[in-house]
Amino acid sequence: MKAHTPLRRRFAATVLGFGALALGAMVLAPLAGSTPFSLANALDRSRPFADNVDAQILFVARLPRVLAAALVGSGLALAGVVFQALLRNPLASPDTLGVSAGASLGAMLAITFHANFSLFGVSAVPLASFAGSLGALAIVYGLSAARRRGTSTMVLLLAGVTLTALLSAVVRFVQYLADFTETFQTMRWMMGSLDQASYGPLSAAFVPMAIAWVGFASLPRVLDLMSVGIESAAARGVNVPRAERVALVSASLAVGAAVSLGGPIAFVGIIVPHLVRLVVGADHRLVLPASALFGAAFLIACDLAARTAFAPLELPVGIVTAIIGGPVFLWLLFRRA
Amino acid sequence: MAVVPSRLRDRGRAARAVRRALLATLLGSAVLLVCQTAGLSARGAAATAARVVAVQGQAVQGRAAPVPARAASALMPPRRIISLIPATTEMLFVMGVEDRIVGVSSYDRFPPAVNRLPRVGGLIDPNVERLLSLKPDLVLVYDTQTDVKQQLARAGIPMFPYVHRGLSDITQTLRALGERVGARAAADAAAARIEQQLASIKARVAGRPRPRTLLVFEREAGALRGVNASGGIGFLHDLLELAGGVDVMADINRESVSMSTEMILARAPDVILELRYGDSLQRSDLDAERRVWNAVPAVPAIRNNRVYLLGGDEFVVPGPRIVLAAERFAQALHGEARR
Repeated sequence: MKAHTPLRRRFAATVLGFGALALGAMVLAPLAGSTPFSLANALDRSRPFADNVDAQILFVARLPRVLAAALVGSGLALAGVVFQALLRNPLASPDTLGVSAGASLGAMLAITFHANFSLFGVSAVPLASFAGSLGALAIVYGLSAARRRGTSTMVLLLAGVTLTALLSAVVRFVQYLADFTETFQTMRWMMGSLDQASYGPLSAAFVPMAIAWVGFASLPRVLDLMSVGIESAAARGVNVPRAERVALVSASLAVGAAVSLGGPIAFVGIIVPHLVRLVVGADHRLVLPASALFGAAFLIACDLAARTAFAPLELPVGIVTAIIGGPVFLWLLFRRA
Repeated sequence: MAVVPSRLRDRGRAARAVRRALLATLLGSAVLLVCQTAGLSARGAAATAARVVAVQGQAVQGRAAPVPARAASALMPPRRIISLIPATTEMLFVMGVEDRIVGVSSYDRFPPAVNRLPRVGGLIDPNVERLLSLKPDLVLVYDTQTDVKQQLARAGIPMFPYVHRGLSDITQTLRALGERVGARAAADAAAARIEQQLASIKARVAGRPRPRTLLVFEREAGALRGVNASGGIGFLHDLLELAGGVDVMADINRESVSMSTEMILARAPDVILELRYGDSLQRSDLDAERRVWNAVPAVPAIRNNRVYLLGGDEFVVPGPRIVLAAERFAQALHGEARR
């Protein structure tokens, strides 16, 4: 019992600390932007919403965007943690297993073939990208379920890398067939954007994300044991194949939801877990919640930079995360070396 | 004890494998190099020496200036023309030399007669082998197609480099191209006609209130996402201003600006013109697509029901059909000002 008290205290400190960071970002980010804006006007109930520019800037332009950044950032960071532990590879990231590439292919097909349908307030491109991520997941899952025990991570990693390369090649093939306006649109989609202009896509992405959270919640102990080694985890009573599948499906659902909402935003899923581990150590009971909260705060901050740094123009958020994430990751490597 | 020799053996095997791979790579590159040189020299031999010298000189000149120098007109008028750009294809048709076109780009759609011509790829994927097999004596290339230009120069094929710029450059290019292909009179007449038609549209909308307009090139289907609009340069911006609108993004010195929801709200345009290319828009989708803009009802264009979806590929080709594009802009902006 005694041994648990410090962990509980550290858990509380971690959640409080990173939670305050995420909450602060969520509250402050909507107040900043490229347009002069009055909070008092925005919250003035006496003015009809349809005529209230300030209210629309806050509630249509900025708030859905900040919420999307929070959802996408936390989803990518959690998936990064899980993939790094599952594959026992510090370079693993949400796009390692081909889920991002599948999502990109889906979006690309929807753009190129002018798919025009919607479901639950979500338009064709995010729907198709989510379907693409599920397709990629099905392939990787099939592989992980079909293989014999004992070769897990290597096969999974190779399959993921190959699938990513294959799907990227198909993306390029479709791009080759596409008209140049469609190609341009796809290129922009691939740079990532969290601008939503509505809450429909957010609530739709929330569903797979919530399922993923339930999966993640069952994982911390298992991941701790598995990141040491499959055999020792199995020896200590972990049902390894089942745990791997829960991890794989949860992380892929989170990535699919995140990519359908914001495009394939790079580096969040790889650097956030590493940065968090520097602060809280390797215990997944701390790393998972801290990464979710820090991932949210990090992407909100990156998006804020994307929409204000070159005002009145905006940068694609994927470029900001890459410009910040690349050097940070290199710094981490140098620091370790 | 047995471990050491086996490791050594492994190391030896690995080293041999690396050497083999290296050798294979070197051999491969050498073969490629030889093939490339042989191919080009064979082509070079096919042409007469004098012609090669003359056209290579011309090609270099062409690369230096987007509009070829006058010296080019001293050459024989080309008989086999390939156009890699839809705009210049349309220009060739309008000056009546379509019977001399032997190939067009994969993006060409207009006039329908282009469908009978061989296609040789597009801006980023021109098929040089196919292009050369058509034995052109003039290729109209986009000026950024550096690889194609180098290959054409090496093969001794003259070219006419071109770039999309502002509205006034369109008729200028038309005249220069006319001179280059030996159809100067027809090209001058077509250019004068275009200029006169544009001037008459401009005169028709003069003195009318100029609505502040957002000119949207692209948007994700069914959502207010991925919105790209015209900035303050380019022929579409020029056309908008000519047709009696004020571009709300005119201060941004770019052809295309990626618009966030906040930027749309902040710029508050009176009119939104959204362009749809080709047949990408079904009539039944029109209303649904227009309703997407209702997400930002504070924008005057939405409040006043002045969002126009204009379909057609004349908006994407800075060729002779810009008159049609200008006419449609003017009708959307000043509907009552029809002839």
